[in-house]
Amino acid sequence: MLEKTDVKVLDKVVIRFSGDSGDGMQLVGNIFTNVSAGVGNMVSTFPDYPAEIRAPQGSLSGVSGFQVSVGKGVHTPGDQCDVLVAMNPAALKQNIKFLKAGGVVIIDIDSFKEADLKKALFETDDAIKELGITSQVLDVPVTSMTKAALAESGMDNKSILKCRNIFALGLVCWLFDRPLEAAVKHIEKKFAKKPAVAEANIKVLNAGFDYGHNIHASVSTYRIETSDPRKGVYTDINGNTATAWGLIMASEKSGRPLFLGSYPITPATDILHELAKRKDLGVKAIQMEDEIAGICSAIGASYAGNLAVTSTSGPGLALKSEGLGLAVIAELPLVVIDVQRGGPSTGLPTKTEQTDLMQALYGRNGESPLAVVAASSPTDCFTMAFEACRIAIEHMTPVILLSDAFIGNGSSAWRVPEADEFPEIKPKFVPDNIKDGWKPYVRDEADLVRYWAIPGTEGLQHRLGGLEKDAVTSAISTDPVNHEKMVNIRREKIARIANDIPSLEVECNVGADTLLLGWGGTFGHLFTAAQELCQSGTEVAFAHFRYINPLPANTGEVLRRYKRVIVAELNTGMFADYLQSKYPEVHIDRINKIQGQPFSVAEVVSKVKHIITNA
Amino acid sequence: MEEIKYNPTDFKSDQSVRWCPGCGDHAILNTLHKAMADVGVAPHMTAVISGIGCSSRLPYYMNTYGFHTIHGRAAAIATGLKVANPSLTVWQISGDGDGLAIGGNHFIHAVRRNVDINMLLFNNRIYGLTKGQYSPTSARGFVSKSSPYGTVEDPFIPAELVFGARGNFFARSIDVELNISREVMAQAALHKGASVVEILQNCVIFNHGIHNPITDKEVRADKTIHLRHGEKMLFGKEMNRGIVQDGFGLKAVTIGENGYTLEDVLVHDAHTKSNFLHQQLAMMDGEKLPVALGVIRDVDAPTYETGVSEQVDQVRAKKGFDTLRDMILAGDTWEVK
Repeated sequence: MLEKTDVKVLDKVVIRFSGDSGDGMQLVGNIFTNVSAGVGNMVSTFPDYPAEIRAPQGSLSGVSGFQVSVGKGVHTPGDQCDVLVAMNPAALKQNIKFLKAGGVVIIDIDSFKEADLKKALFETDDAIKELGITSQVLDVPVTSMTKAALAESGMDNKSILKCRNIFALGLVCWLFDRPLEAAVKHIEKKFAKKPAVAEANIKVLNAGFDYGHNIHASVSTYRIETSDPRKGVYTDINGNTATAWGLIMASEKSGRPLFLGSYPITPATDILHELAKRKDLGVKAIQMEDEIAGICSAIGASYAGNLAVTSTSGPGLALKSEGLGLAVIAELPLVVIDVQRGGPSTGLPTKTEQTDLMQALYGRNGESPLAVVAASSPTDCFTMAFEACRIAIEHMTPVILLSDAFIGNGSSAWRVPEADEFPEIKPKFVPDNIKDGWKPYVRDEADLVRYWAIPGTEGLQHRLGGLEKDAVTSAISTDPVNHEKMVNIRREKIARIANDIPSLEVECNVGADTLLLGWGGTFGHLFTAAQELCQSGTEVAFAHFRYINPLPANTGEVLRRYKRVIVAELNTGMFADYLQSKYPEVHIDRINKIQGQPFSVAEVVSKVKHIITNA
Repeated sequence: MEEIKYNPTDFKSDQSVRWCPGCGDHAILNTLHKAMADVGVAPHMTAVISGIGCSSRLPYYMNTYGFHTIHGRAAAIATGLKVANPSLTVWQISGDGDGLAIGGNHFIHAVRRNVDINMLLFNNRIYGLTKGQYSPTSARGFVSKSSPYGTVEDPFIPAELVFGARGNFFARSIDVELNISREVMAQAALHKGASVVEILQNCVIFNHGIHNPITDKEVRADKTIHLRHGEKMLFGKEMNRGIVQDGFGLKAVTIGENGYTLEDVLVHDAHTKSNFLHQQLAMMDGEKLPVALGVIRDVDAPTYETGVSEQVDQVRAKKGFDTLRDMILAGDTWEVK
């Protein structure tokens, strides 16, 4: 049906759906993403929603957005969008800044009446002019068309209006040549328990699609290139679900039952939700009375021999500090997931930041080193959750996994790993040959790991605790020399994990003078920026950290190869400071952003150029 | 299979006990060793979890699994342990500061959830390890290092918290009442669900004699009553005094006086579901009515860890998957060939 239209062939396009937080923008964004992934596109999403559950309808603070990039070589949801869907004036006002030059705006013209404009604090009756929009604007009577489509349905007005979002979805599906059948499938699933609602939405979906077809002369149509990924089975996954599944994979590979003790906190709660569902895989996920009980129940489960996890965000991690210290001194495996959000205090609960790095590394009393890893993308959450578990179990230590609101909520297509793709995790149970001479702090000399003696095992009864212990017997010890010895052992044990993690790899122009560095959830933006820099003649090498403590063993050697190292991160320079303290000889420049938003590729490109030019 | 009999020494570790000479904890520890032998759960199937404070040192003196954790958190750690491995018998040792102040939230929630933990609450109404500050069970006006002019707050009555949290097992003893302690500890262990045992304990250094008004030998028989399920509520040196119902309340009477006969004396029913009388009994404070010792409430109710395990089993039986991959493949996927 697209033969007669003017089809632009693009590698990737970015679409931003925006509307009132009650308009169902997240739903249509998700359906569009799934449909796109289903035709083989790479996808990356960025839900941008307000902290308020329901701000006043039509107000600026109530605007909810969902941005998705689909196509080839997609690593980020895109800095700016090619198409902006705005369901009301407030959405247009808040989101027009995200539209690319030459992009297209689609508005529901029925929602641009005087009262609507007033709610969004417009001063004139021409929103387009007032905002200085010069791009193509498609005035679509979404509300009246939706009403017309459902005129015979017998539904009440309120229920009919709830289908407006699906009209917009139908139109966008037409614009981007998405198969309607796939969207229909998602709608049927979403409203499986309300067949009448499903039927109405499918009708509206078709109406939106047909509307696009009927007016094709007035807008260019895009066709999105399909990527060429590896063979296998794929699914669409967001970072929090990927984290939950990575933990389950680690449980399968270690033979240790999975236990989650948690407490609801934005933006980490979806990990609790997912694992609570996964009773079908034997997971015990319990909601405790507070953050402290979350980690403490996990410590109890770890002592009992489970793969024990607690999930939280920054404020919750602060509350868990004392529990972490106990896991450090007791040398029990424990995984703590921190889906970072803006701080300090309650801060920006729904926005992304990388500002918990120092808290993760140092936020405890006493000398209490532990392992810290960070996920670099929604799908990498799976791998790094697995890695956090592997390190925790094989090295008998708490591990903090740093995720963030951006990758936790963002999604992309993910190839489901084959059964043998991830390694076995080998718990360090007390070996038979030392059972007689076994004491709780007897260690494997190579990695300094003590053995895991599980309650219920005959003959291994022992007592652990938060008081300093004798280096062998675990009896309480206040001996000064013993304490210093234990502090050093605990530190060295963590340091030796460096022998058990991958080396730091350098990409892009490895031989350039400048190395652009990042860590955690900024990978997509930084990698794309590095590629763009190289393509536009500014040669840079690029490396990204997922193992934070210990750092990969070759870190110093890599850093020293470059004249200039630029660390880009979403804080005031925590990782840069951390690297500088370990490698004072390296010259480090910084790119920082603390706005609760991810980097844009364009700003990173421009800042790197600026640093290099002004060097 | 022959049942193994355990001796109290099977539960005793080789560590020397470090409490002050004369501390009530010594008696409680020895009694606990005996109660554990009575219950007959093997040392390797037993775990003792404590928080911080004098009483929380107790796990070091046990030849069981033990974990001396952090201040106030024993109930939460014990909950995780029990959920992870319901076959273990889990004991929790807390003091009044550890369990009811910093750990108050975990305490009420563990009781509410009815996790099968045997919670021994050593109540000496003082912070001992930090050298003498008032605790949440110190009486109003209590003078201590942190309340030199007396406290201006009312204390918790532990039993009241337990009932407020809808607890199903509450017992009380005194450190020096070795037989009662042994009996209630064993019953706490046999009870399925959260069982709270308050032990009135003497801190010989910072709060010496705090329980004397009811524990002194001369007055104990009149100031306390040992309740046993199915038995008349009798007390006094001559066992001639009894508890009778008096309107909505309780009254202590002397049999043969004012027309009261043995028939009028209440028979203790620890198993009745309603906690109305249990609460009244537990609140008797030694003034007009004797302080109740023994098992005051012992009612069966679904336990938390069983609920968690059974739900997992039910879901798995209905729509379980063997592997993560199977679960994912049953959802929305597409194949790239």
